[in-house]
Amino acid sequence: MSLEESTPETVEQTTAEEIDALLGDLVIDRDDHLNAPGFVVRPDEVQDTLFRLRDEAGYDHLSCVTAQEYEDRYESIYHLKKYDDPTDEVSVVVPTPTDDPVSESAEPVYRTADWHEREAYDLVGVQYEDHPDLRRILLPETWQGHPLGRDYDQDRPQIVPLREHANPLQEDHQSDAGDTMFLNIGPHHPATHGVLHLKTVLDGEQVVDVESDIGYLHRCEEQICQQGTYRYQIMPYPDRWDYISAGLLNEWAYARVAEDLADIDVPEYAQVIRTMGAELCRIAAHMLAVGTFALDVYGDFTAIFMYAVRDREKVQNILEEMTGQRLMFNYFRLGGVVWDLPEPREDFFELIRDFLDDLPEALEEYHDLISANEILQVRTVDTGVLPPEVAKSYGATGPVARGSGIDYDLRRDDPYGYYDELDWDVPVEDGCDNYSRLLVRLREVEESAKIIEQCVDLLEDWPEDERTIQSNVPRTIRPDDDTEIYRAVEGAKGELGIYVRADGTEKPARFKIRSPCFSNLQTLPEMSNGEYIPDLIASLGSLDIVLGEVDR
Amino acid sequence: MSSEQERFVTDTTKVGSETRDARIGASGTDNRFNSKLREAFGSSPFILTKFDRFMEWVRGSSMFMLQFGIACCSIEMMHTYAVKHDLDRFGAGVPRASPRQADVIIVPGTIVSKFAPRMKRVYDQMPEPKFVVGMGSCTISGGPFQEGYNVIKGAEEVIPVDIHVPGCPPRPEALVYGVAKLQERIANGESSPVTVKPYELEQFSDLDRDEVVDKLAEQIDEDDLVMRYNWADSP
Repeated sequence: MSLEESTPETVEQTTAEEIDALLGDLVIDRDDHLNAPGFVVRPDEVQDTLFRLRDEAGYDHLSCVTAQEYEDRYESIYHLKKYDDPTDEVSVVVPTPTDDPVSESAEPVYRTADWHEREAYDLVGVQYEDHPDLRRILLPETWQGHPLGRDYDQDRPQIVPLREHANPLQEDHQSDAGDTMFLNIGPHHPATHGVLHLKTVLDGEQVVDVESDIGYLHRCEEQICQQGTYRYQIMPYPDRWDYISAGLLNEWAYARVAEDLADIDVPEYAQVIRTMGAELCRIAAHMLAVGTFALDVYGDFTAIFMYAVRDREKVQNILEEMTGQRLMFNYFRLGGVVWDLPEPREDFFELIRDFLDDLPEALEEYHDLISANEILQVRTVDTGVLPPEVAKSYGATGPVARGSGIDYDLRRDDPYGYYDELDWDVPVEDGCDNYSRLLVRLREVEESAKIIEQCVDLLEDWPEDERTIQSNVPRTIRPDDDTEIYRAVEGAKGELGIYVRADGTEKPARFKIRSPCFSNLQTLPEMSNGEYIPDLIASLGSLDIVLGEVDR
Repeated sequence: MSSEQERFVTDTTKVGSETRDARIGASGTDNRFNSKLREAFGSSPFILTKFDRFMEWVRGSSMFMLQFGIACCSIEMMHTYAVKHDLDRFGAGVPRASPRQADVIIVPGTIVSKFAPRMKRVYDQMPEPKFVVGMGSCTISGGPFQEGYNVIKGAEEVIPVDIHVPGCPPRPEALVYGVAKLQERIANGESSPVTVKPYELEQFSDLDRDEVVDKLAEQIDEDDLVMRYNWADSP
C-alpha cells in the first residue's frame, strides 16, 4: 500500500540526528510532525538555520510556510524538502510570543518566502523582520484585524477603498531609464484567467516591472475547512480550489493528509479508481490550459479553444458518469470513494476506451494547430525564460518546474495511490520558456492517457467480490491533540500540499493549503521583466494559474 | 426538370422580379419561408406595433454578453459559449471583452470584499439598458462560502440581478435556460427595474464616523470612493 509511510529509497536521506548535529546550538527544542522531524529555533536565527539547511544539507525547496496562533504563542513553520527527493523533509518551527510576534524573514534564503510570509502576516498576524515588502496580500489594505488569529471579530464592519487607477500619463520614478508608463491589467481582463490584477510599469513596449495584486477571489477556504468536520464536511471544498475540473486531484490532497493523520487504509480497488479519476481530471485541466494559452497567444477563440473544449466535454462526460457531477465531483471519501463505477461497467469502460482511442488523433491536431504553428513558436520560444535555479528558489512545481528542466513529480518521487505500480514517464523539457511549458502539458496528457488505460485494464479484470470501495472508517474522526502533518500530492498545476494540526476534536485546529499556483505566480516578474507586453501575457498564460487556488 | 423548377431565372435583370414572384408565388409561400413569424403575420407582410415593443423584441434577440470570469462558474460559462452548448444559437452569445460593448453581465462566481467595488465599476461602465444574470450559489447568497469572513453574501448586495441561476456550479444547460428566460422577459418588456442597492460606493468623507472610519482617516483620502461592509447586518 503506497499510502503508508514510504520506505527510504536508495537515495541517502538526511536523518534527524544529522540535522540536529548540523544545526547544533540553533535548535532549542524538537517538535516532530507526522511527516518530518521538526526543529524549534529562535525567531532571530531563522536565516542562519535555513541557510545551513539549504547550503549544507541540500534542502532547496521551501514548499510551504504555515503560521498559526496558539493560546500562548504564534508559530511559523517552514516546510522544507529537496527537489531531488521530496520524501526527505524537515520542518523548522519558529515560535514567537503573543505580545511581540516578530520573527526573522526567510526571504533572503528562499525567494518564495516573500509571498508566503506576507500571507502569514495578512491572515494570522505574524510580523517578519527584514522582509522586503511586508503588506497585506489577500485582503484589502484597509482591512482591520487578522482573520485567522484567535481574537478576530468577524462581525466588525470593514471599509474597502476603490482608488482611481493611476494616471497612465503621469510620470513615475519606478525606473531610472527614461519615462515609464503605469498600466493596470485586470482585475477584469480576458487575459488574466480570472480576477488577477497586474500592475505593470512599461518603458515603451517593454515591461520594466510587474506586480501581481491578488486577493480578488480570497474565499476564506482555510477558515471554512477549519469549521468543517474531517469525515464529510471538508471534502466538497477541495473541488473549489483548483476549479478547472481538477477536482479529484485536489480531493486527493485532502484525502491523503486526512488518511495519514487518522491512520486510515484505502482498499487497492479504490486506489485504482482514484488514480484513473485523477488522471482524467488532469487531462481535462490541461486541455483548458492549452486552449486558453492559445487564446492568450493569438486570440484564437474559434478553432483551438473550441477543439480543447470539445475534448474536455468528453472527459467531463466520463467523469459525470463516474461521479454524478460535472465539475464539483465530491467523489472521494476518507478511506476510499463514495460509490463504485457505474453500471453497466462495460459501457463505462467503452466510453473511456473510445475517448482514449480518439486522443492520439486529437493530440496530433493540437500539435498541428499549436506546437507546430510558426506564429506560436515565434511568440513562445525563448520568451518568458525561467532558469531552473530561479524556479527552485521560488518553489515552482508542476509543469512550470518541469518546463524548466526540473525533474520533479510527486506521483513518482513521493508515491501515493496506484502510481508506483503503473508504467508511465514524467515529461521534462529543458527549454525553460513558454513553449516548453506548453509541450510539457501536451506530453503529460499522453502520459495520463497511458495511466488511465492501465487502470481500465486492471478494473475490467477485477474480481467482483473484491471490489471494496471503502475501508472501515470511524464515524467521527478525532486525531490526537497536537498531531501535525503536512502532505502533498501532484495536482494539475504542481505540488498541492495541506498542513493540518489536530486539537483532539473532530475539526482541524489549523488547515493550511499550499497551492502550487500561489508559488508559480510569484515567478511572473522574473519571466517577464524586460520582455514585451504580449510576452508577459503569454508567460502568464503558460503558468496556467487558477485564481481560486492562488487566493484560496 | 419539374415544372416548379422552370420558374427559376438566371437572367439578372429578371431575378429581381420574377424570382421573387416565383418564390412568393401564386400557390403561396415557399416552404423555406414558412416561419412561425410569417404565420403570425398572416397574409399581409406588414406589422403594426409600438416602437417600444419592437425595441424590446430587438433587445431580447441580440444580447451581448460581457466576458467576465470570476470563479468555478466561469468554467461552465465558457462551456456554455463553446461547442455543444453554444449560447450564440439563441442570439445571446459572443462574449465581449469590454463592458462598453455589452448589455448583459453574467456574474459567475464568488464576490469577495476586495472585488465587489471593482465589479460595481465594471457594471457601471456598461451602457443602458443592461441586465445581470447571477450564476451559481455564490452569486446568489455566498453559497458554500457564505460563512467566510471575506465573502459578500450575494452579488445583489452590490448590483441588481435580473435572473438567478442556482447550482454549484449550474450546468451549461441551466445557464442557457436562464439566459433564454431573460431574453423572454426582455422581449415581453418584463425586465425588472433597478431596485436593490443596499451598498453604494460612496466617498470616504461621507461615511458615518465610527471607530473604523476614524482609524482609517489617516490612510484614506477624503475623496476616495469606498465600500462599507456591515457584516453583522448583511443577510
